[in-house]
Amino acid sequence: MSKMNYTPHTQEDVKQMLKAIGASSIEELFKDIPQALRAKSFNLADGKSEIEVTNHLKKLSDKNATGLINFVGAGFYDHFIPAAVDAIVNRPEFYTAYTPYQPECSQGWLQSIYEYQTAICELTGLDVSNASLYDGGTAIYEAAMMSIRLTGRNKIIMDSGMSLIYRAMLYTYTSNLSIEFVEIPVVHGHSSREELFKHLDDKTAAVILQNPNFFGAVDDHSDVVERVHKFGALAISSVYPVSLGMLKSPGEMNFDIATGEGQSLGIPLSFGGPYLGFMAAKKELVRQMPGRIVGETVDSDGKRGFVLTLQTREQHIRREKATSNICSNEAHCALRAVVFLSLLGRSGIKEMAELNYQKTEFAKEALSKIKGVEVKRSSPTFNEFTVMLPRRADDVVYRMIDKGFACGFPLGRFYKGMENYLLIAVTEKRTKEEICRLADSLEAVL
Amino acid sequence: MQLIYEKHKEGRRGFCFSKPDVPQAKPLDVKYCRSKDTNIASLSELDVVRHYTNLSRLNFSVDTNFYPLGSCTMKYNPKFTERIAAFEGFSQLHPLLPQLAGGGMLAQGSLEVLYEAEKLLAEITGMIAFTMQPLAGAHGELTGAMLIAAYHKDKGSRRKYIIVPDSSHGTNPASAAIAGYQVIVIPTGKDGYMDLEQYKKYLNSDVAAVMLTCPDTLGIFNPQIKEIADMAHEVGALMYYDGANLNALLGKARPGDLGFDVVHINLHKTFGTPHGGGGPGAGPVGVSEALVDFLPKPRVVRRSDATYALDYHYNKSIGYIAPFYGNFGVILKAYAYMLCLGKDGLIKTAELAVLNANYCQARLKDYYDLAFEKACMHECVFSAARQAKNGVHAIDIAKYLIDKGYHPPTVYFPLIVKEALMIEPTETESKETLDVFIETMIEIARLTEDDPIRVKQAPLNMPIKRLDETRAAREPNLRWKS
Ligand SMILES: Cc1ncc(COP(=O)(O)O)c(C=O)c1O
Repeated sequence: MSKMNYTPHTQEDVKQMLKAIGASSIEELFKDIPQALRAKSFNLADGKSEIEVTNHLKKLSDKNATGLINFVGAGFYDHFIPAAVDAIVNRPEFYTAYTPYQPECSQGWLQSIYEYQTAICELTGLDVSNASLYDGGTAIYEAAMMSIRLTGRNKIIMDSGMSLIYRAMLYTYTSNLSIEFVEIPVVHGHSSREELFKHLDDKTAAVILQNPNFFGAVDDHSDVVERVHKFGALAISSVYPVSLGMLKSPGEMNFDIATGEGQSLGIPLSFGGPYLGFMAAKKELVRQMPGRIVGETVDSDGKRGFVLTLQTREQHIRREKATSNICSNEAHCALRAVVFLSLLGRSGIKEMAELNYQKTEFAKEALSKIKGVEVKRSSPTFNEFTVMLPRRADDVVYRMIDKGFACGFPLGRFYKGMENYLLIAVTEKRTKEEICRLADSLEAVL
Repeated sequence: MQLIYEKHKEGRRGFCFSKPDVPQAKPLDVKYCRSKDTNIASLSELDVVRHYTNLSRLNFSVDTNFYPLGSCTMKYNPKFTERIAAFEGFSQLHPLLPQLAGGGMLAQGSLEVLYEAEKLLAEITGMIAFTMQPLAGAHGELTGAMLIAAYHKDKGSRRKYIIVPDSSHGTNPASAAIAGYQVIVIPTGKDGYMDLEQYKKYLNSDVAAVMLTCPDTLGIFNPQIKEIADMAHEVGALMYYDGANLNALLGKARPGDLGFDVVHINLHKTFGTPHGGGGPGAGPVGVSEALVDFLPKPRVVRRSDATYALDYHYNKSIGYIAPFYGNFGVILKAYAYMLCLGKDGLIKTAELAVLNANYCQARLKDYYDLAFEKACMHECVFSAARQAKNGVHAIDIAKYLIDKGYHPPTVYFPLIVKEALMIEPTETESKETLDVFIETMIEIARLTEDDPIRVKQAPLNMPIKRLDETRAAREPNLRWKS
């Protein structure tokens, strides 16, 4: 049986091509690689058929526990994805193209990205957006670096209510640069203004705040942003885009840059990626932004068209002086986001946020009736909240798996002293019945 | 085409949620709420589907057009890998599940994929271990530069420089700079190889690493690569391998054997995952023994009972470079591709990729100047300098090719070749496809002599003509406004 490798060459083709080249064998084409430098080993299995590989990977996928009723969020959410999103983004004219360097044969992609940029600006309330970054964490890092270039300062203040995942990434990326980080403690669910203002000074490049924060608490950061600006620093927001169907936008709070993880906008959880980093900013910052940006222009007949623009920021032109090293981005995930948002429409986005909020409030009520469970209510929340349990949360999570639930994220994993705290996310996918069963099961395991 | 926002009509909807099944709760205090609705478009489901379907038809793509975009390896993307990535067991798995107590057992299938993919890449490249976390090639470069810094720091030295050749991709110097290094650029000699005299001049114990692409971005394999690596190692510098061109070497040579210490691979190039209009990609990084301890956390390990787990116990690790374990969906597709092709299939891939490029080079070299008179590997690089004398530039040739239904070769890169035309046909294209493309290229070369204006007017058959890029940059209009 012939082996599959997606190549169309017949023996006769190879013969004719070699003749045209003037080579006697394919091996001759590799003559520049000295024998001494040839592969010392290439010990791989023989190829397998599509049927065999599909069956093998189906078996592996069945070993993953995706049947659990999911209340785990922690920045990555189990939202519903309308079938039309997949139908559109799975068109090969979208997914088998690449970066639209040649605008005349890439208008579909360019216009889609322009529409995506518009959607991100609308959600965040800011002026300009790029075409995507890798994920929410790299977006924060890029924003921090923008603030350092723009201010010429090197101190970053961040909220410890910002996901530890992202703080850890920031530390890694900057470990060889001299940047001073200050972390502000969370008090009663909110970042402490007092502590923050104590550290804010004229050496501060930026203050980074997350909303809702890791504990699910929502805040109005307008007062902080105003103070930050008094010191000539930048205010950077990390925001959960679904919440913006309801919550005050970074633009309304006068943030300079908004970043976030766009996974919740029609992108499957897929065990951690591919996801979508988004970034929007005030328009005066656009020339410091990282990554691709699409702009509108006209063709030689005056007809509207779209191109990659402001490219003198980018690595392929500026090399070591570029604003970022990003080349391939997450365009296909950005397409998912704009299609998702367009299907929902402006009222659908509000409804989705409202549903998340309502179901979460219901879950708080249901859980607060359990003896020994304390629902933390010092701050209002959006679709995630914290409960204190009478015993270790990781142990409770473990026991709940047997009952068919991924019941939440044990906060002790990221925050010392919070071993008994559980973070619970409730999306529009969860039903009243599932929430009630969660409460019953939780009561049973405590 | 109209923008989706211009098709908005209040009252339309493309999706409806279920009716709330919980009692109405007290609303959130208005001080936390947005005061203004968004201007996201509202349309029917059909409107949205038709809008984006029609937009998709304005793109050239691998499935619809020959796409010899050099350095990007636009090979055919097998369909079965898409179906596998969509299996619910993979696509709906929350990345935090294995981080819960006892949760490792909830994600055994995905952890096995990561573990086994890492093993395959290690054998293919001759490296000891991989991190699957980097989210694209450039992200792999940055990760690699950080690994290099950690290695030197651990040895108690603080080195300042990273060397790159002037033929390198823009991401190489950008990644080095972002990691905190100063960049030294070595020119390419007349023979198409990095200038060894200049290289020796700049190589000293302040150099942390040398970043090379191999075969390089001119499509050339440098037979002195081992000497270059040896010289670097002599001064204690490390060798970084930009794996964008690994497709040419599969089964033929391995970066590990060539003396490279850190390697990134663009899974979206060599291992056939779709490019998605610009991404997502994946850029796993492999290392030699000396750098294993510094790899990002967590790593996937196989335990003695044949189960898989996340291991965080690496006190020399550089830390966390991605939120989780990499672009899992992309890694999964590349893994399926590797299993399917196997040893012989991967070797054949390299052979036919190189055959196709040499065929294009041989048949076009009488009509276009070669950047360097050399045998090529997986891509060939011409210069349209001869055509430019008649006023026809590489970009004009590109636009004429668009009219003929071809995605143009890479024309903006490498920067050291004036009027570059970088053609990477890939192994999945047939002789017939190459023949008609070659005929078109020859036709353009003739037109350049007979009717250059005709080439400069292109494209004429596309929905739009050439766009005013200067205006786009001078008066940026980056979003629709109501
Ligand atoms: C030679 C080379 N190096 C690095 C890269 C960057 O890879 P990525 O786009 O995956 O970040 C590319 C991408 O085109 C490339 O061609």
